[in-house]
Amino acid sequence: MKKVAILLLGSCLGNTALAGGKADPMLGSVIINELERRSDQRESAVDMEAWLGHDIDKLWVKLERSAEAGSTDEAALQLLYSRAIAPFWDLQTGLRRHIDDGDADNALVLGVQGLAPFNVETDAALFVDDDGMVTAEIELGYELRFTQQWILEPEITLIAHSETDRERSLGSGLAEVETALRLFYYPQREWAPYVGLAWHRTLGDQRDFAETAQSEQWLIGIRGWF
Amino acid sequence: MSKILSTPLPRRRFVTGAAAGAALLGLSPGSVLARSPQRQPGQVPELRGQRFDLHIAYQSVNITGRDALATVVNNSLPAPTLRWKEGERVHLRVHNHLAADSSIHWHGMILPSNMDGVPGMSFAGIKPGSYYDYTFDVQQSGTYWYHSHSGFQEQTGVYGAIVIDPAEPDPVQADREHVVVLSDWTDQAPEALYARLKKQSHYYNRRERTVGDLWQDLREKGLSATWQDRAMWNRMRMSDSDIADINGLAYTFLVNGHSPDDNWRALFKAGETVRLRIINAAAMTLFDLRIPGLEMTVVAADGQNVEPVTVDEFRIAPAETYDVLVRPSADRAYTLFAQSIDRSGYACATLSPNSEWQAEIPAMDHAPRLHHRDMGMDHSAMAMAGAAHAGHTPNPATPSGDMNHGSMNHGKMDQRDMSRDVDSHAGHGPPAEMDHRHHGMHSQTVPPDAPIAPAGAGSRAVISHPASENNPGVDMQAQMPANGLDDPGIGLREHAQRYGRRVLRYSQLFNLGKTLDRRDPERELAIHLTGNMSRYMWSMDGVMFDDAEPILLRFGERLRIVLINDTMMTHPIHLHGLWSELETGEPLRIPRKHTIIVQPGSKISYLVSADAVGRWAYHCHLSFHMPGMFREVRVIGGAA
Ligand SMILES: [Cu+2]
Repeated sequence: MKKVAILLLGSCLGNTALAGGKADPMLGSVIINELERRSDQRESAVDMEAWLGHDIDKLWVKLERSAEAGSTDEAALQLLYSRAIAPFWDLQTGLRRHIDDGDADNALVLGVQGLAPFNVETDAALFVDDDGMVTAEIELGYELRFTQQWILEPEITLIAHSETDRERSLGSGLAEVETALRLFYYPQREWAPYVGLAWHRTLGDQRDFAETAQSEQWLIGIRGWF
Repeated sequence: MSKILSTPLPRRRFVTGAAAGAALLGLSPGSVLARSPQRQPGQVPELRGQRFDLHIAYQSVNITGRDALATVVNNSLPAPTLRWKEGERVHLRVHNHLAADSSIHWHGMILPSNMDGVPGMSFAGIKPGSYYDYTFDVQQSGTYWYHSHSGFQEQTGVYGAIVIDPAEPDPVQADREHVVVLSDWTDQAPEALYARLKKQSHYYNRRERTVGDLWQDLREKGLSATWQDRAMWNRMRMSDSDIADINGLAYTFLVNGHSPDDNWRALFKAGETVRLRIINAAAMTLFDLRIPGLEMTVVAADGQNVEPVTVDEFRIAPAETYDVLVRPSADRAYTLFAQSIDRSGYACATLSPNSEWQAEIPAMDHAPRLHHRDMGMDHSAMAMAGAAHAGHTPNPATPSGDMNHGSMNHGKMDQRDMSRDVDSHAGHGPPAEMDHRHHGMHSQTVPPDAPIAPAGAGSRAVISHPASENNPGVDMQAQMPANGLDDPGIGLREHAQRYGRRVLRYSQLFNLGKTLDRRDPERELAIHLTGNMSRYMWSMDGVMFDDAEPILLRFGERLRIVLINDTMMTHPIHLHGLWSELETGEPLRIPRKHTIIVQPGSKISYLVSADAVGRWAYHCHLSFHMPGMFREVRVIGGAA
């Protein structure tokens, strides 16, 4: 794992030295996709990313965290090397550290991120962990623009596992679906408060481990980037 | 160095240019600083002669109501107008008082390569605290301009007019003349704007399609037409309202350094013929210029006299210049109105017999949207949706069986096939396949056995896309590029019908004198203007400047350059050191330009005589496209 991380860092720095041209300056950005409070059990969720790099090669960090009443419930941190492979697509590979109720596991990540035809924002990845468990995650989002300021964004996330792991309460097959609808108001391009509704469902073998098969929540939050 | 003021000039003194001199010489500051609606913005200083000292330095300016830092020449924004005489030798010592390297490029001048002022190509640049002596013979006359070719210094103020009086009597006679320098000013650092576009390229587009637009389209056109119209944009993940990368949200548009609030004045007497030397020195803005109530007779383009053509409106891209004659017969004021291409703002000035008078400032025209033709789809075929298409001229390489755009199903077309199989698809699409092996490849020359069309009418060569375009930095290809010559441009095409205005087209430009080099081109060079709108990457043939080989020209050769615009933006392309002879149809009257607008999804061609040895810059003149959409043209073989 360490080796991979060094390799990734190396390739990023190497590129910096080569691509020092004015057309392609080294830039960085921090993007808060969602920073929200959910109606259930005072749950809060964070989904943010940051990148550093050039047009083609970038280093990405992705953080997802959800907490219940103050204590961390679940968090995932990814460190990725991202390379543009097509006009609208980046190939991303690296490591994920996932912490769930104090238990941590690491996985290799291989994913694609980009814009599908019809402007569907796509982030899809495979995670292969130490035990050979493969998890697939795909997140699709679409911006429905009512005005230049008011934007409704439907989003769907699907999670599937290659096998059942009783210890970690993971069931094989399509395990989770979450759809969310968020209504944003953009006073400026950089940030927007929003309200939303999320609908979560546990499916297939995963149901054996879930307390509830289905839940709905109200959301209130903020999005931004710089 | 005493010429350089280290203290910031207050707004009023600064913006009034020449009048500032009087103010500094002891007029009471109170009267100068007072801001009143009747005040008369002054003239840009003019320097005449053969020896010039130009000092590039920082200067605090206030253009928007807030102080900001500019880079200026001799404390003036725009830089002083330089007045030269054809046939004389000029000596210009350019001092750099900035903390960074600087340079001056004499735009449109035919001169030795080491006087051209492009750092890293014609010379090493001017180091901070040092100077460079430019010396060259002035071999031409007309309206030109000069600007920094270092970093984004041009955008922050280093630009000014050059007016060259002809050695022979001027065929253009006027009672008086005014220089009109258009530009775009921002208080923000250009680097910050560039970074923002890289992070969110649609940042400044506030006309993105809404649900409301969709609803309106559905009601007006019905479901199937709306679907056909929208499907292409949605599949291509592009927006038909991407007209200008940066616009009035960030820029204040200026005339001779003055904002629309200042409303710069130019005087005339009723009945006079007034020559306006109009220069677009903007970093990123194309302007559509008109003077309501006055017709304009275009007498020169890019400094070179053309057969007079009378219009009501014309588009001027960054780096272009047009000289027009106006004959205001009435004793009234007129507004010179230059709206940005996307109608997000305007620059304006007043032409008036009385400095107190002002005319009405017109409302901006409707904001344009891109159409299918701007993506390199055939316009006439689109209009004939589903009908037989006898009557229009397809790309000769396109089998007519594939020409039915109306029923063209993009969904069925594999995008990979579309980009690969250029000749069999009359469509367009993102090149999906990667091919890094060809990265170093430069522009392809049409095979020697292909017949090259004679000088005058343009290229007949088949358009094919180089393999180097297939990379993540290229998001579309024009498979059926429209003819860019007869197109007034996006947002102007309807102006004849809608407003009854005559809009200038390149096809109306004919040189006033006979074409000097009457040879037919020996070869053709096809160059594709490429980019990725959402990644904000710009290139030629899919290769950015840093990775590109120089384009080699043999000294003395006559060649044709065909530019194909594989993007949805309008690019003004500037070739240094050599004329770009735009083929407008009449071989003996080919107009000479230094900057050529290439409409989106279009092609255009011009002739070049490689008559000056050296390394020349060749690039898009939009400041934020230039770093990538740039080539070195090297003329080799002759005596230096
Ligand atoms: Cu450009």
